Amino acid sequence: MKVELEADKCVASGQCVVAAMEVFDQDDDGIAILLTDEVGPELVDGVQEAAAVCPAAAIRLVRP
Amino acid sequence: MADTLAGAAHGGADTVPEFPMPRAARCPFDPPPALKELQEKGPLTKVRLWDGSEPWLVTRYAEQRQLLGDPRVSADTDRPGYPTKASPEAGEGKLSFIMMDDPEHARLRRMVTAPFAIRRIEALRPAVQRIVDGLIDDMLAGPAPVDLVEAFALPLPSLVICELLGVPYDDHEVFQGNTKTMVHRDATPEQRGAASREIAAYLAALVGKRLADPRDDLLSSIAERITAGEIDHREATEMALLMLVAGHETTANMIALGTAALLQHPDQLALLRESDDPKFVASAVDELLRYLNITHLGRRRAVTEDIEIAGQVIKAGEGVIMVNEIANRDPEVFEDPDRLDLTRDARRHIAFSFGVHQCLGQPLARMELQVVYGTLYRRIPTLRLACALEDVKFKHDAFIYGVHELPVTW
Repeated sequence: MKVELEADKCVASGQCVVAAMEVFDQDDDGIAILLTDEVGPELVDGVQEAAAVCPAAAIRLVRP
Repeated sequence: MADTLAGAAHGGADTVPEFPMPRAARCPFDPPPALKELQEKGPLTKVRLWDGSEPWLVTRYAEQRQLLGDPRVSADTDRPGYPTKASPEAGEGKLSFIMMDDPEHARLRRMVTAPFAIRRIEALRPAVQRIVDGLIDDMLAGPAPVDLVEAFALPLPSLVICELLGVPYDDHEVFQGNTKTMVHRDATPEQRGAASREIAAYLAALVGKRLADPRDDLLSSIAERITAGEIDHREATEMALLMLVAGHETTANMIALGTAALLQHPDQLALLRESDDPKFVASAVDELLRYLNITHLGRRRAVTEDIEIAGQVIKAGEGVIMVNEIANRDPEVFEDPDRLDLTRDARRHIAFSFGVHQCLGQPLARMELQVVYGTLYRRIPTLRLACALEDVKFKHDAFIYGVHELPVTW
């Protein structure tokens, strides 16, 4: 599955990193970055959690 | 006839409830019963504020999240319809970017996001652990009973913010004395103003020092923005002051109120005392944030364009209040919401708000609370209230809910 991140919306809450450290990181200003935009089934829960808690609604999980 | 009598009991034909509502005296950890009733009736209702204005009160989780994330909902206190909090707070001016909208809000906020990145906060954890251990050592070495607010809950966030901002340890006493005056309910406006000016002057001087000699701290990263020509020295000082004020009273009250609540739920307290699993402690912190909601007066906004929501149209120029304490008890989202259950997954709570204004300091607050809740009850397993719960003075009248003092012994 594909993960989409709209970094210009990000408010640097870092909650995506807490939810899915394998998929998200932060740059020097705390803005979210994607470590990978393709995730296997084992990471789907974490990404869904990240999308749900992201205060800026900047994360989307796109099913094929 | 029955209608007339019922109406009379509520003040004649007037059916718009006043906000805020009182909590039930016997349930100091629960939202006011009247809020619960309004939530059961529907997601939106009009309420009347102290100044006679009638903004919308949003009672349910889904609608609160939707509105808090809507760019047509403004945090600018100067907008028509903005629901003002209370008369004593009126005229105090704007608290930097938290009372601005994008793009200006985002521009300023991004200047101070770096130190709150998860890895930066994790790097602070050992220092926070040392401060917590030191304060507990002092408590155990001193007389009991002791006021937990004074001895532990207030000094901790103060010491931590010093660490984060880069305030020298030697200056802690001056720094703490003034912040205490700033948040004390009995301080006069003049005393608060003087304390605030003294800290501002102190921070301004420190920003000047970091300009010349940068270090790895928040004051230095704010000072860099002056060098880059993005803000001036006064704006930098205001930003540093905002960081200090916003992070202080909140964390302190979560520590003391959380302890008061846990002491009333010994089975839940035992779970924390007996766990050495950081994941469980982190999850327990979220549940306590969900359950307690110290920001009990709601997030206030002004609507700038008509918004249709939950079968209603909120018109441009109307105010909205999103009360997180009732949204976080929404049974549609949290099963059996009035039960404190440290084993539940409460991560989606909105105690830190939602949308672009969500609390910037939340990673720091979470980490501090994880260290506190994961340490205090293990180090002092016999910790208990030194008075009856009925004698604890809760902050019903304050902007941030909590306890004025919490006498404890062990």
